Amino acid sequence: MGHYSLNVNGAQHSVDAPGEESLLFVLRNHLNLTGAKYGCGEGQCGACTVLINGRATRSCLIPVSSAANVKIETIESLERDGQLNSVQQAFIDEGALQCGYCTSGMIVSATSLLRHTPHPTDEQILTAMNGNVCRCGTYPRIVAAIRRAEQSGKEA
Amino acid sequence: MSARNLYEVEMIDGGAFDPAAPLQFPRRDFLKLFGSGLVIGLAPASALAQESGRRGFGVHQLPQNISAWIHIAPDSRVTVFTGKVEVGQNIRTSLAQQVAEELGVPFDSITMVMGDTARTPYDMGTFGSMTTPRMGPELRNMASAARDTLIQLAADRWHADTAALQATNARVTDTTASRSATYGELTQGKELVKIVSGDPALTPATQWKVAGTPVPKAEIRDFVTGRHVYPSDVTRPGMMHGAIVRPAGYRATLQSLDTSAAEKIPGVRIVHDGDFIGIVAPDYATAHRAADAVKANWNVPPQPSNAELFSILKKGSSDSGNEPPGRAPEHQTGNVPAAYASAPIKLEQEYTVQYIQHAPLEPRAAVAEWKGEGGEGPALTVWTGTQRPFGVRDQLVEAFNLKPEQVRVLQPDMGSGYGGKHTGEAAIEAARLAKAVGKPVKLLWTREEEFTWAYFRPAGVITIRGAANRDGKLTAWEHHNYNSGGAAIGCPYDVPNQLIQYHPADSPLRQGSYRSLAAAANNFARESHMDALAHAANLDPLEFRLRNLSDQRLRNVLQAAAEKFHWVPPVSPLRPGIGYGIACGTDKGGYVATCAEVSVDPATKKLHIVRVTQAWECGAIINPDGLRNQQEGAIVQGLGGALFEQILFANGKILNPHFAQYRLPRFQDAPQIEIVLLDRKDLPPAGAGEIGLIGLAPAVANAYFAATGTRLHQLPMAPKLS
Repeated sequence: MGHYSLNVNGAQHSVDAPGEESLLFVLRNHLNLTGAKYGCGEGQCGACTVLINGRATRSCLIPVSSAANVKIETIESLERDGQLNSVQQAFIDEGALQCGYCTSGMIVSATSLLRHTPHPTDEQILTAMNGNVCRCGTYPRIVAAIRRAEQSGKEA
Repeated sequence: MSARNLYEVEMIDGGAFDPAAPLQFPRRDFLKLFGSGLVIGLAPASALAQESGRRGFGVHQLPQNISAWIHIAPDSRVTVFTGKVEVGQNIRTSLAQQVAEELGVPFDSITMVMGDTARTPYDMGTFGSMTTPRMGPELRNMASAARDTLIQLAADRWHADTAALQATNARVTDTTASRSATYGELTQGKELVKIVSGDPALTPATQWKVAGTPVPKAEIRDFVTGRHVYPSDVTRPGMMHGAIVRPAGYRATLQSLDTSAAEKIPGVRIVHDGDFIGIVAPDYATAHRAADAVKANWNVPPQPSNAELFSILKKGSSDSGNEPPGRAPEHQTGNVPAAYASAPIKLEQEYTVQYIQHAPLEPRAAVAEWKGEGGEGPALTVWTGTQRPFGVRDQLVEAFNLKPEQVRVLQPDMGSGYGGKHTGEAAIEAARLAKAVGKPVKLLWTREEEFTWAYFRPAGVITIRGAANRDGKLTAWEHHNYNSGGAAIGCPYDVPNQLIQYHPADSPLRQGSYRSLAAAANNFARESHMDALAHAANLDPLEFRLRNLSDQRLRNVLQAAAEKFHWVPPVSPLRPGIGYGIACGTDKGGYVATCAEVSVDPATKKLHIVRVTQAWECGAIINPDGLRNQQEGAIVQGLGGALFEQILFANGKILNPHFAQYRLPRFQDAPQIEIVLLDRKDLPPAGAGEIGLIGLAPAVANAYFAATGTRLHQLPMAPKLS
């Protein structure tokens, strides 16, 4: 059991957890941030995606012991003062979900993409998103939502 | 748990509302549940006849077989209670739209309480595309009766004629005098319970204002902000985390067990009972580290692999006798052997289908909590992801020897199921662990557990003999399905001589329902065979189908899809490596036709689905955007089973139980998709969650043939070429 100080969504949090516990389960079970989901535990589905130092990262693959000196942002941080970010709003406008279990990871991955590449090519969208799985099959709608967010002129 | 429970899952397809199912909560608690206001329930007419004199207002006279409740509170908020569950198919939205329509209230004033065995009436489960054709009309009936009741209340209050009263926007208005009252005001201080039956006049689809429109998914903001609580997100005070030590293979028996290393890990509790070995720990990582530290030796008997699969399935069921194996034919007319023998155009072919898995992105999960000494409420409460909360409750009742009212199962809107979450394994395991340690326990199956210990879409062998005359009219059709199932096995074409037969078999793997059941497999075989016959007859596959099809609804979708796709017969010259294919099918009141364009790389032979046009008709459309979403999703999900998904197994083990080994459809695979919706406002709505899946595989197979001249007779078609 170790003691860790994590920077999550702009605040410092103290956590007692085994060092091998993944960041995903620390977020979910210790900090009650359940927006990031378990889908495979192997970095193959993207349901657990969070931003680490601004980059989309699979939180299921990061042991908490190596998450101490980084800036972590989760889906819960994207809404600011009651305002959704452009990707969240675009997912609503395009109806880009069914069960929604993949949605947090999709939105975080797309947010990371648009923050670094405000006007991505089709190929760049594919590269950024191909590691995120939607079993309900809403991929065309998600691509449309990313395009809508891109063109909204608002912040991702 | 017995071996029988582990390895057999009922195939669930349709099934009637069970009039014998009891009301699931004691009557005395009934009004406590709702508070004051108006409660409307619906009972079949037969039940009311048995409980004669109990029609109308009354507090303690409820029939025992109610399928849903609608409550209107003094603040005019409407709550609908149904045992159906929301799993991404969007019925939380579409059912509320129908209530809003008939009751005359804003959509946003409705709260749907779903899949909670303590609060909603019994429901057999959410499967078989039954919610829209059955629960929809029942809720509309109730809402219509509620509106009539509210008008009557206003008429009594004002001594007015009901004919002069209008009920819209949660308010009854007297058109002859300047007075009105909200629904809530009319129910103020009252405790009204009304049980209705029969078929009140419902608003025709042509006059719908809320139903029939693309209302966004209910509570969608919670889904894009991460706030929605899925079953695996549920947390309880003092909750511990569980893990299970799984057997080394199917049908394994425990030979020896050493838990000493695991027991030394601080905070770990071992729960050992027969072959059940569970771990409880304060956190997820410790629970799984302890499970890994358990040394268990299992004896796994030799078992078959994919190599022997199809020969095993063709042997039929061990208890079905021989020659021919299986039960009586589903359909038999004329004389197939004679018609086939004399036909100028004929083909015989075997098609095969591998096991695939639902792989819902949220694996099985459950949080179980036992009531402490002197606590209130049910003895056991379980939050879990399931399409059958009442079925899981019954499994828990049996497993722990409890009474139904001692168990409460809640189903928060889950990370989907696709037919794969009918059973309550995780719920039972979590409850065993929680009982042993006296604390709430969460159990979240790993992906490997979900791949191994859930169940599969059945594998199957399908043999078809089809024949046509020189005019391109079908003369004989013989269709045998071994093991995969009887859904949509019937031939929709006009054929005078038919033999259609489903043969149950002894499946090597545990199998169960999957979105569309066997309709996808049967349609793949039939529509591939139709394409081959069209080519043998030198006819355009579209023309060949239309020549043999009198079902006007199926003709309509075929023609609509072909028109939108700009179908040209594959005999026309296309670009090299490009092929067009077409297919159609119907089941459960849904009609689908699919056109696909595929490209095949001349060097690598790799197949890519370029674009798909799908026409769909299922009666009157309740939510066109939700329907479109279901059709698009069915195409994308369907292409996995069509092209590359397959379970690899040998000797009681799954060989590819990870997403890195089991290929799923990803962004790179999604074709350009066009959906054509035919809105038949003159027909009752049917379910749309499943049958949109059945056109894709044969359309792609037929397009592949058009592009290459090679026929693919197996699902998946191209595990190495896509």
